[in-house]
Amino acid sequence: MTDITLQKGEARESGIVRFFKGVALLRESRVGMAGAILVLFWVIMAVFADVFLALGLVFPPNSIFVPLMEPLSEFIAEPGQNFDGLGGPVEEVCSLITSGANEGKYYCGTFWLGTDMLGRDLWSRLIFGAQRVLFYAPIATIAAYAVGIPMGLAAGYKRGKTDDILSYIGNVILAFPPMVLFVVIISVLGSSGINVILAVTLASAPGVMRIVRGITMDLRNREYVFAAETRGEPLWRILLIEILPNARGPIIVDAMLRMGYVIITIGALGFLGLGLPPPDPDWGGMITEFRAMIIAFPYMTVVPCIALSSLVLGFNLLADGLREVSLRD
Amino acid sequence: MLVFLARRTVQMLLVMIGVSILLFLLLEIDIDNLAIKVLGPYSLPEARELWLTENGYRDSIVVRYFRWVGGVMVGDFGQSVIYRVPVSDVLWPRLANTALLGGLVLALVIPLALFFGVLAGMREGAMRDRVISVSCILTTSVPEYASAPLLTVIFVFWLDLLPGTSNMVGGFQWQAMVLPVMVLVLYDFGYVARMTRASMAEVMTTHYIRTAILKGLPYRVVILKHALRNALIAPFTVIMLQLNWLLSGVIITEFFFSYKGFGALLLEASLNGDIFVIEACAIISVVVAVGSQLLSDLGYAALNPRIRIH
Repeated sequence: MTDITLQKGEARESGIVRFFKGVALLRESRVGMAGAILVLFWVIMAVFADVFLALGLVFPPNSIFVPLMEPLSEFIAEPGQNFDGLGGPVEEVCSLITSGANEGKYYCGTFWLGTDMLGRDLWSRLIFGAQRVLFYAPIATIAAYAVGIPMGLAAGYKRGKTDDILSYIGNVILAFPPMVLFVVIISVLGSSGINVILAVTLASAPGVMRIVRGITMDLRNREYVFAAETRGEPLWRILLIEILPNARGPIIVDAMLRMGYVIITIGALGFLGLGLPPPDPDWGGMITEFRAMIIAFPYMTVVPCIALSSLVLGFNLLADGLREVSLRD
Repeated sequence: MLVFLARRTVQMLLVMIGVSILLFLLLEIDIDNLAIKVLGPYSLPEARELWLTENGYRDSIVVRYFRWVGGVMVGDFGQSVIYRVPVSDVLWPRLANTALLGGLVLALVIPLALFFGVLAGMREGAMRDRVISVSCILTTSVPEYASAPLLTVIFVFWLDLLPGTSNMVGGFQWQAMVLPVMVLVLYDFGYVARMTRASMAEVMTTHYIRTAILKGLPYRVVILKHALRNALIAPFTVIMLQLNWLLSGVIITEFFFSYKGFGALLLEASLNGDIFVIEACAIISVVVAVGSQLLSDLGYAALNPRIRIH
């Protein structure tokens, strides 16, 4: 019999290499690439928000400057004026204008998207809002998966009583219109970052469970699972090492979609005044704050609406592209 | 069929029992807090104690649960703290307003979504399909609270065509319905359309469609007579399950446009701690959602003769 054992290292590429090959596949989907660019844009803005702030490229998000400036307007300060957010007197941190109508005044930067009614820089609030939503949304999504995946694995693998009980709990929670559940939970627990994460986890975990349960029910009849069972592998190894890695495709696509929905949810809670507490910028909260002035200053409301929608769109397109790519091979 | 109906009804009742227990535990387990919410934060501790004893809140939790469920079954949700009237007096008119809003939305979403979904699914991967699919992703990515301000800017600020609020203080105005309906249709339409597209695309790959085309039937006949009937089964269930999302969106839309519906009532109640109104709204919304799931199962079985459920 010829030796057909593969050389070590030839059998499988390392996980990292395969991951990047998977990412490279996404290039084949134009829609997926567009989504990835949108998401990346906001992720970069969120990650480097503090760096931009330290380098003086953006104004501090909660500092008050000149109220109700139009987008792209320049921040011109009179000599002797003092703004907390500038980190020093105008004469030291701003540049003196030596010609033109504003001669003798100081140029302190540009309000790219204007300022709100309190005089806070909208662009800065937008990227710090991105930082906030991109902090809470992944945590809440991961928490939902951390609860939903074990439930789904147990229900799909054990079947019988375990499945009945877990599915029943899931059905009870999924019977609520999601927003009703959020409103009830937040009105009981009160609004805070932790409670937003808790509410999203409770509401999303049953959906995750259903998907994982379905895949597990399919995978548990595969030969490699039987082999592991025959070897006498412990239950957790069968579930986590044999079944879960093979279920990752649909789970990743679902996670992207779910992330988009969690962002919508966090925004909705902020919009309804049930979300993260002010004054730190929050996209949903910004929409509510500016709603009253929508007729006088439409751009102010439009800005957070577009920011939020573009981020959600990014995740949805990414999910669509990933699905397309994963169905191809 | 009857057995199936009975089984689904029992399952639905079990879920409702679970929902009622969950709601009861969430909202009424802390009775001291309940007394504060009902009597106000400045009420005397003695008055609260008296109120709790008089209304039977010092009884065991099981007794209280059954008393509460008994009340809910006959439509007695208790007394609204804010409005000082029975909850049902506030609830039913609000529910009627929401039913009008939701009905209009569904009446537009269903034909629109089915039409564009079928159009896209007829030729999978064609330009038309791509445009429709991406547009659907786009509209489902703009949540109600973002599309509402955007549409308000366009239709109220720029075009000056529609009123910006829908509180209907001076009686019913159809113009005031346009924006809320539009917002909800935009958000909900894409999902149903994509489901229809997927279902249609799948049907178009079947052998009987190929046969119909190959035997020379006009394309129109193939689509209308052969493909549609099978392609529309899946979207039907999606539409019924969509009610759950529609109710979610209704809360946000009603809040934005100050439309006096049941979603706005739930929100007011939650912001003011009007616990009995929260309970009533939550229970009603779940009844609607679960009821629509039952209908969707029945409809699925009725539409698809291949399915025989025992």
